[in-house]
Amino acid sequence: MHELSIVMSILEIADKEVKKANAEKVDSIELEIGTLSGVEMEAFDFAWEISVKDTVMEDAERKVHRTKAKAKCADCGHVFFAQTLYDDCPKCGQPFNEILNGRELRVKALTVS
Amino acid sequence: MCSTCGCGQPDEVLISKPGKADLGHLEMHHHDEEHPHHHEHHHHSHAGGKTIVEVEQDILGANNKLAERNRGYFEAKNIFAINLVSSPGSGKTTLLERTLKDLKDELSISVIEGDQQTFNDANRIQALDIPVVQVNTGQGCHLDSDMVHRAVKELNPGENSLLMIENVGNLVCPALFDLGENKRVVIISVTEGDDKPIKYPDMFLSSDVCIINKTDLLPYVNFDVQKAKDYALRVNHHLEFIEVSATKGDGMDRWYEWLRKNRGK
Ligand SMILES: Nc1nc2c(ncn2[C@@H]2O[C@H](COP(=O)(O)OP(=O)(O)O)[C@@H](O)[C@H]2O)c(=O)[nH]1
Ligand SMILES: [Mg+2]
Ligand SMILES: [Zn+2]
Ligand SMILES: [Zn+2]
Ligand SMILES: [Zn+2]
Repeated sequence: MHELSIVMSILEIADKEVKKANAEKVDSIELEIGTLSGVEMEAFDFAWEISVKDTVMEDAERKVHRTKAKAKCADCGHVFFAQTLYDDCPKCGQPFNEILNGRELRVKALTVS
Repeated sequence: MCSTCGCGQPDEVLISKPGKADLGHLEMHHHDEEHPHHHEHHHHSHAGGKTIVEVEQDILGANNKLAERNRGYFEAKNIFAINLVSSPGSGKTTLLERTLKDLKDELSISVIEGDQQTFNDANRIQALDIPVVQVNTGQGCHLDSDMVHRAVKELNPGENSLLMIENVGNLVCPALFDLGENKRVVIISVTEGDDKPIKYPDMFLSSDVCIINKTDLLPYVNFDVQKAKDYALRVNHHLEFIEVSATKGDGMDRWYEWLRKNRGK
C-alpha cells in the first residue's frame, strides 16, 4: 500500500508548512492526483483516515483535483483522454501513445491557522 | 467540448473531510492554456488568522530529491546501480545469485536486499562472499531513496562497481519510488499471467528492461511470450526484453551483455 507512504509524505509537507507559518493546524488542503498517477483512491482514503489522527491534519478539509489523463498518439498525433496507460488511439487505432499528463501527485495549497 | 483537445469531460473535484467520505462533487473544467494559473511559490496571504499557503509541491518530492542525491553519488563513483523489481517469487534473488557467480571475477559487485521480513535473501548473497546489506521494510511494501541512501553508506561500494538493489516483491508500489538507480529492471516469470504488463502498467512504464524468467518451464505453462511482450510494448514501447532461465542459465549471456554495454555509458 504505497498510498500510506503518499499520505505520510503529505503529512510531512503539511507539518513543515504549519511550522513555517507559526500555525497550529491545517484547515484545508488542496491536492492534485492525476487519474493515472497510480494512486488507488479507496486505499488513499483508508490511508488518510488511519494516518491523520492526532496530527496537524486531523480536521483538515481535503480537496482533491483528479486531473484527467491525456495521451498523444505516437502515430497520428491525436491527443485524447486516456483511461489507461495502454489505450488504443481512438482515431487510428494503434496502441503506442505518449502520456502527456494525468500522473500528477501534488500538494497545491494549504490553509493553516 | 473543448476545441483544443477535443475533451468533453471536465475534471472531477472531490471534497472530503475525515470521517465523511465526501462532501459533494464539484465539476470544473481546467485547462492550462485557457485559464493560466500563475501561482507564486510559497505565497502567503492572511485572512482572519488563517494563512493560505500556495505550496505547489510534488508529494514525492522528498523521495525524488534524495534519489537525485543517490544518483549523483553513483555518478561520482562511476557505480552502475540497478533496481530489480517483480512480484514475489519471479526469481529476483535467483537471477542475482547466478549473475554474481558468473560475474564476480570480472566485476566488483555489491547488493542491497529489500524484504519486509527476514535476512534470508541477504544470507543467500552473503554465502557467495558478496558484500550485502538487508533492508527490512516491515509494513512498507517498497524501498525508498532514504533506505537506499542509508544502505549505501553501510555498504560503501567501490568505484566502478555494480550495485544490485533487489526491491520488495511487489509490482505496484515500487513503481512510484525512484531510488536513484541508473536502470530499472522488471522481471516476470512464465508461471505468471502473460497479461501482467497491463495489469500492473506503472511498473512496466517506469522500467528500462523486462526480463522474462523461468523459460525452462514454457513447455508446461500457457504463457505466450509474444503476447506478454506486445502488452508490455503497449505500455512502454522503449522496453527491451531478455528471456532467461535463471536456474538453468539459458539466455543469461544476453543479460550479461546488456550489463556490460550499459555500465560503460
Ligand atoms: N523453474 C525455474 N524456477 C525458478 C527460476 N528462477 C527462480 N526459480 C524459482 O522460483 C522460486 C522463487 O525464486 P526467488 O529467486 O526466491 O524469487 P524472488 O522472490 O523474486 O526473489 C524459487 O523456488 C526459485 O528456485 C527459473 O528460471 N526456472
Ligand atoms: Mg528475493
Ligand atoms: Zn503497497
Ligand atoms: Zn492515432
Ligand atoms: Zn480541453
